[in-house]
Amino acid sequence: MNYSMIFYIIGWILNVEAVLMIPSVVVAALYKEKSGVAFAAVIVFSAAAGLLLVRKQPKNKVFYAREGCVTVALCWIIMSIVGALPFVLSGTIPGIIDALFETVSGFTTTGASILPEVESLPHCILFWRSFTHWIGGMGVLVFLLCLLPLTGGGYHMNLMKAESPGPSVSKLVPKVQSTAKILYGLYILLSLVELVLLLAGRMPLFDALCTMFGTAGTGGFGIKNDSIAGYSVYLQSVITIFMILFGVNFNVYFLLSMKRPKEAFQCEEARWYLGIIAASTLIITVFIRGMFPSFAMAFHHAAFQVGSIITTTGFATVDFDLWPSIPKMILVMLMFIGACAGSTGGGIKVSRALLMFRSVTRELSLTLHPKMVRRIKFEGRVVEHEVLRTLHAFIAAYILIFAASTLLIGLDEFALVTNFTAVAATLNNIGPGLELVGPTQNFGLFSDFSKLVLIFDMLAGRLEIFPLLLLFNRETWRKF
Amino acid sequence: MKIIIVGCGKVGTSLAERLSVEDHDLVMVDLSAKKVEEASNRFDALGIVGNGASFNIQQEAGVENADLFIAVTGEDELNLLCCLMAKKSGKCQTIARVRNPLYSQEIRFIQEQLGISMIINPELTAAREILKLLKFPSAIKIDTFAKGRVELLRFRLKKEMGLGGRSIMENMNRLKTDVLICAVERDTEIAIPNGSFVLQDGDILSIVGSLQSTAQFFEKIGVRTKHVKNSLIIGGGTIAHYLALDLLKIGFRVRIIEQKKERCDYLNEILPGADIINGDASDQNLLIEEGLTYADSMVALTGIDEENIFLSLFAKRHSNAKLIAKVNKIAFNDVIDSFDIDSLIYPKYLTADYILQYVRARQNSIGSNVETLYKILDGRAEALEFSIKEESSVTGVPLMDLNIRDNLLICCINRNGTILTPRGQNKIRVGDTVIVVTTHRGLRDIRDILKN
Repeated sequence: MNYSMIFYIIGWILNVEAVLMIPSVVVAALYKEKSGVAFAAVIVFSAAAGLLLVRKQPKNKVFYAREGCVTVALCWIIMSIVGALPFVLSGTIPGIIDALFETVSGFTTTGASILPEVESLPHCILFWRSFTHWIGGMGVLVFLLCLLPLTGGGYHMNLMKAESPGPSVSKLVPKVQSTAKILYGLYILLSLVELVLLLAGRMPLFDALCTMFGTAGTGGFGIKNDSIAGYSVYLQSVITIFMILFGVNFNVYFLLSMKRPKEAFQCEEARWYLGIIAASTLIITVFIRGMFPSFAMAFHHAAFQVGSIITTTGFATVDFDLWPSIPKMILVMLMFIGACAGSTGGGIKVSRALLMFRSVTRELSLTLHPKMVRRIKFEGRVVEHEVLRTLHAFIAAYILIFAASTLLIGLDEFALVTNFTAVAATLNNIGPGLELVGPTQNFGLFSDFSKLVLIFDMLAGRLEIFPLLLLFNRETWRKF
Repeated sequence: MKIIIVGCGKVGTSLAERLSVEDHDLVMVDLSAKKVEEASNRFDALGIVGNGASFNIQQEAGVENADLFIAVTGEDELNLLCCLMAKKSGKCQTIARVRNPLYSQEIRFIQEQLGISMIINPELTAAREILKLLKFPSAIKIDTFAKGRVELLRFRLKKEMGLGGRSIMENMNRLKTDVLICAVERDTEIAIPNGSFVLQDGDILSIVGSLQSTAQFFEKIGVRTKHVKNSLIIGGGTIAHYLALDLLKIGFRVRIIEQKKERCDYLNEILPGADIINGDASDQNLLIEEGLTYADSMVALTGIDEENIFLSLFAKRHSNAKLIAKVNKIAFNDVIDSFDIDSLIYPKYLTADYILQYVRARQNSIGSNVETLYKILDGRAEALEFSIKEESSVTGVPLMDLNIRDNLLICCINRNGTILTPRGQNKIRVGDTVIVVTTHRGLRDIRDILKN
């Protein structure tokens, strides 16, 4: 294990986080809020610690998958702890576990909150809360890759692999560093377009910024107690469209920007993703038709909720906990499917769901014709056995963690639906679940222990389980 | 003794080479006329072309009055059959080479029920030898006497040990140790030193002593006898298989890098405690990623000598691991020695050594009283263990009064399990076993240590 390299990268993360907190101080200054002091203190602390760690480049740049995973997992944990300090220091969320839950929920773009109401919070705190979504959406280490003045040593790919969602990482251009730059470029561009469209709908700048952060990172922290319900239909529609856009594999945007639309439209995952959204929206519209004055409004709200859940954003325009059973069940299923790989969304990912489905159909034909040769294809290419093996292990780990978490938070004596959807909503990085953790409720009712379990779930969901599990494996820390 | 060797392969010929020097009558049997011809010319042996398991061929080879029958063909079953036939058609002792790991688990049953005197497994022998070295990583080579109570260790003298530039007497007085330096190799020279011999850094010393005293000695000269607790094994052949089994039993962490996928699957099945890595060990990245830097030991056991040596040299640069490399061909051995790889293992020679020991023991039970005999220092010297059965000119006389040959050293006296390092006033008594190191050949009896 190359500790010097790991600490070096952690140092950079602390520096980057210090820089990323500066906008919150600016916000505090503009609104003349005292909480800005808390941010300033954390910035000084974080930058001091960071600069201490990056004083000199490590000589030994050897960096393997093991280091990659450990670095990413540690970075996310440290980043969350530092990110939680302003909440505690400013006194807005005095409990340490509560503050950590809120920050992890932000960075992992979950959007689950322990706050019963948010409108009384200082602006700078609200801003930081939403801004963590935007940072966490594309990934901090990917961001760091654009900046780090290191070359060689193979750390790029191993970091990228550990942080990027999806069954396999594809590079857009030969260099990882350039790939990271392109991804961030597209991310910023899309965010700006949304911001402009929101401002065009007469949303106040502060609201527009925070809502944009929540949408782009597919996070879901609202700055209003009723989430998005208070905004106009135009704004809700813009948010619907951008939630869905941010859930698409960024490769598609890259191909579009390279003027290769034909390849972009052939992206199998994106087509399935859009197909699932269309089908679910239509079915739900039919079932909730009676609850709204017109078919159009029913369709509008169905689309918003479907988009919000499948991309794992977690905004809400209505309390879907009051909907009939079938629409609710569809939403719960969408929670698990999640967005596309290579997007900012969470969940199992459409590509994994597709591969799983194809594995099952292949198994069926192999049962009928035991000697049959049938290789699984995806995006027009044969899927290697190793990819499928990792996929199956991922699903197994996912189910195990899911079951264990549900069991552990069961200690709090809540009903099954609450426990089940609370875990589903955190492990898939969505935010709201059903019943006691529904869209109008919050996670404040759980005990500290349950919150820790859910914090673990959020991190596991965002980092796709294995990097986090590796931290708890004795083998990882052994020298030999 | 009259000895029949079936199989003129690597082991067969190296065995014949050693045995012919010691003046035995050899009969070599092999299917290949060319090999038989070559062997019989080289070693002054009688050559017979044919299947060694055939009754007629055995008759032709004179099995009736042979003392020993050794079957070392490439096939286990053939070797066993040869020995069975020889057992029935003559009254000789039999030795068979059986290398299949499957049989090796049943070795005792086979040996007892088929009446075979000794079964030799070259890979198992090599693995046991490596195991000894891993247990005592400071040494290049280890041999044991007196049922394991006495060790003969070979190691290279390094500057930080602080022995160079002083005479042996000086060093021993300073360190107050019980071990005895019984041989010194310098360049290509070999010396059996006396007290005034001055050591130099870079010499290879051989020391004899009890287990505790050798450990103490290494402690005093500042070699931390670091404990090896894990091992990176390169190449998943049969030696690796046996070695890993033994290592896992004593609680080592074992990681094997093997190139062939099927072999990896098999190893994983039989060695559930070991990490099996499917990859090419000549990939430096892979070696580092699999923890070479932090490994306590690396054992290179691939089929290619050159690769083993290069891997060890690479590991020498990147880690502090104890390095052991397998070498099959003995050519260029002085060049290989100069690389300073910790230990080299020559499986072929180990097998021959092992059989040779048995032959000598057999012979001794007939004529002399040598208990164990090791060819040490690449066969340039011998360490012999004599058991003293009767009074003679050497017993009861203080050692300093004996007129002992040059280049001969009495290293150790084992008196009912107590190990004595002999001093001038010590006497040899009946019932002792005595260990002697010498460059002379063919010592048969304890009396042979005296000048004529």
